[in-house]
Amino acid sequence: MIVIIDTGCANLSSVRFAIERLSYDVTVSKDPIILQNAQKLFLPGVGTAKEAMSNLVERDLVAQVSKLTQPVLGICLGMQMLAESSEESFGDEKIITTLGLIDGVIEKMDVAPLRLPHMGWNQVTPEANNPLFKNIPAGSYFYFVHSYALPVNKNTIASCDYGKAFSAAVNKDNFYGVQFHPERSGKVGAQLIKNFLEL
Amino acid sequence: MLAKRIIPCLDVKDGQVVKGVQFRNHEIVGDIVPLAKRYASEGADELVFYDITASSDDRVVDKSWVSRVAEVIDIPFCVAGGIKTIEDAKRILEFGADKISINSPALADPSLINRLAEKFGTQCIVIGIDSYFDEATGQHQVKQFTGNEKATVTTKWNTFDWIKEVQSRGAGEIVLNVMNQDGVRCGYDIEQLSQARTICTIPLIASGGAGEMIHFADVFKTADVDGALAASVFHKQIINIGELKSYLKTQQVEIRL
Repeated sequence: MIVIIDTGCANLSSVRFAIERLSYDVTVSKDPIILQNAQKLFLPGVGTAKEAMSNLVERDLVAQVSKLTQPVLGICLGMQMLAESSEESFGDEKIITTLGLIDGVIEKMDVAPLRLPHMGWNQVTPEANNPLFKNIPAGSYFYFVHSYALPVNKNTIASCDYGKAFSAAVNKDNFYGVQFHPERSGKVGAQLIKNFLEL
Repeated sequence: MLAKRIIPCLDVKDGQVVKGVQFRNHEIVGDIVPLAKRYASEGADELVFYDITASSDDRVVDKSWVSRVAEVIDIPFCVAGGIKTIEDAKRILEFGADKISINSPALADPSLINRLAEKFGTQCIVIGIDSYFDEATGQHQVKQFTGNEKATVTTKWNTFDWIKEVQSRGAGEIVLNVMNQDGVRCGYDIEQLSQARTICTIPLIASGGAGEMIHFADVFKTADVDGALAASVFHKQIINIGELKSYLKTQQVEIRL
């Protein structure tokens, strides 16, 4: 069973449609039993780190997600949630503590004189022979929309350059994350989702 | 490198795609889903759907089609029209839209921009600006309720002041539609867009006036906009998106082929 973790965030349906276009059945759920029994899980996210974390806490999903042992793919803010913390805070808070399943801290991108958000199609360079990027040529364009990013670190499996290099995709143990939106990245995006489902 | 975006705009009225000249005399162009699919397959980088009746009629855009578009389209798309509240925005994003675009309601209550940005993140909040260059006064005026000619009003805002205002409130992107150029296909207003570019630190999308492929090359090279939006040249198949993108590549514009 393929499960999209119901984080209450807004782009659940576009991720679901993308999986369905590949002729896979998919369930949206926050039920601990369903999450535990899933073969593959997606952790989608749009919005702000603060909003997304409070959704996870409210739905009692922090521990549930952390103990998963099956492949999990975080998308965009979903990927950022996998990191240790995020600088995307409002008001008095300096930093938002996130799930800590991937190394590193999500930082505000520093790209001047380029524009933020980093919005649009940009080229991704994966490490050689990574199964998540099977049949995807290096330099393929994926769709990005974000202002915060994870610097390149030892969990990085693909990078992108905007102002400077950042992590376009990461992997640690069973946790995978992509900063771009594969569900909105045309054919190469569909291929990446297919690769994840076939891991 | 980040590619420049080619963005077909589909004006939606009563669930169908329409196009008028300078916002008037709307004619039906076709059904939403097949047109959206065609543009995606031709290489569009993004789609924008404007429900041009919504704001002026004081009703919310009928959203059933948003979900139908999200099901079949694998590129990003933005929905505009009558989004006045957090709840309106949430519903459209849940249907599968990637971004929402606010125009008249942001002019009516600018704090809506702050609230939307805090709730959903700046990245999905697009502000549409209908700018009219008044030759008599030499002023760039922001217009409101442009979906209906009779309801259209001139606001107190100068276009460039409004650009600064919406940026400071958390807008993630600006679509600057130059009304003088809309539907007449004689080129983007390079001068106005260049001026906007100098103060715009978020992505800026040019709108209004595309008629020939060279207009796109000009606006990217001269005004350095992040995307170019057009409607009639694509609907009427005067310009094919695939051919346009190949041409832009030969003009050294960064393009996703």
